[in-house]
Amino acid sequence: MLTLVVLISCTFVGVGLLLNLWRLLKGPSVLDRVLALDTMYINSIALIVLLGLYFGSPLYFEGALLIAMLGFVSTAALCKYLVRGDLIE
Amino acid sequence: MRRLFPFPYLSLLLLITWLLMNNSVSPGQILLGGILALVIPLGTASMRKTQPTLKKPFLAVKYLLMLMGDIIVSNIEVAIQVLGPVRNITPGFIAVPLDISQDLPITLLASSISLTPGTVSLEVSEDKQWLYVHVLNLVDEAGTIANIKQRYESPLREIFGC
Amino acid sequence: MNLFVEWLVIILLLLGAFFLMVGSIGLAKLPDFYTRLHAPTKASTLGIGAVLIASTLFFSVNQDGISVKELVITLFLFITAPITAHMMGKAAMHKEKPALERTQNRHLQDPARHRQPPT
Repeated sequence: MLTLVVLISCTFVGVGLLLNLWRLLKGPSVLDRVLALDTMYINSIALIVLLGLYFGSPLYFEGALLIAMLGFVSTAALCKYLVRGDLIE
Repeated sequence: MRRLFPFPYLSLLLLITWLLMNNSVSPGQILLGGILALVIPLGTASMRKTQPTLKKPFLAVKYLLMLMGDIIVSNIEVAIQVLGPVRNITPGFIAVPLDISQDLPITLLASSISLTPGTVSLEVSEDKQWLYVHVLNLVDEAGTIANIKQRYESPLREIFGC
Repeated sequence: MNLFVEWLVIILLLLGAFFLMVGSIGLAKLPDFYTRLHAPTKASTLGIGAVLIASTLFFSVNQDGISVKELVITLFLFITAPITAHMMGKAAMHKEKPALERTQNRHLQDPARHRQPPT
């Protein structure tokens, strides 16, 4: 029962990832792509946690934590760059 | 004591995070986490501005629980709006006048506004008097502003005693 | 495993995955950047929170001893999600991204960009 539910949840999250990919490719501006990338990070954390549930192994936790941290830092850096690139300093 | 722990709540948060990450409460981990919780705030103290301290911790816990409830309730509202027809959505900008002036309460207020779905905080004016917010479905502008001020700002003012 | 806990895990997983999908649908569907900012930053936060709590429950019951590691990710995401949303909104303001035609109070965009009080 739980295995089936985990697989259904994986399908939901996978559909979400495909929609994010569509927005990432379509744009229309850089910020939309940054937002799509940020959402992709969050969805992939969910996918990794679900994978850990599926295999019943708690080892996937470290990967999920790493992706969470890298996702935040990269989004923050990209936004900072976009804001500062616009200003004359 | 004050010199040793310049930011007691930050130290506590660091210790709890360390114990959660290692998933144990053995004496060794508590000692190591305690050392980190002591050294990191001391090392970064010169980079931090002085912020108002927590005056009423119990009210803060109550505020967090209220925020959790709000996040769940309004997430369902936004889910309905997103899944429904997009034509019915009327987005809008609003400017919320602020009564609090320190950085930390404003940050917490902006985060609360961003976490409760339907509103995203965008920018603070330079004199820290106005907070610009984007609302996903703006029906009643004055009501939304009053709701933000009464539901989130006044508890924050009480918590930080300003 | 305890039957009650199993059902709780199942409900949380389905709810979390559903909210994650709603966030992505909103990202793909909504018309302009400012409305798009709403869907993923929040629906996703609740979704990932539900999934992580389900995982915490599952590993706490299935293995000896309580496993609360996932709460670190939940805490981290709940702290950082509004910050990223705010930074992206700020960047959009400075990039002078046009809002949707029917957006109310569009004149507020200009003072917000220059961090001035509304006129």
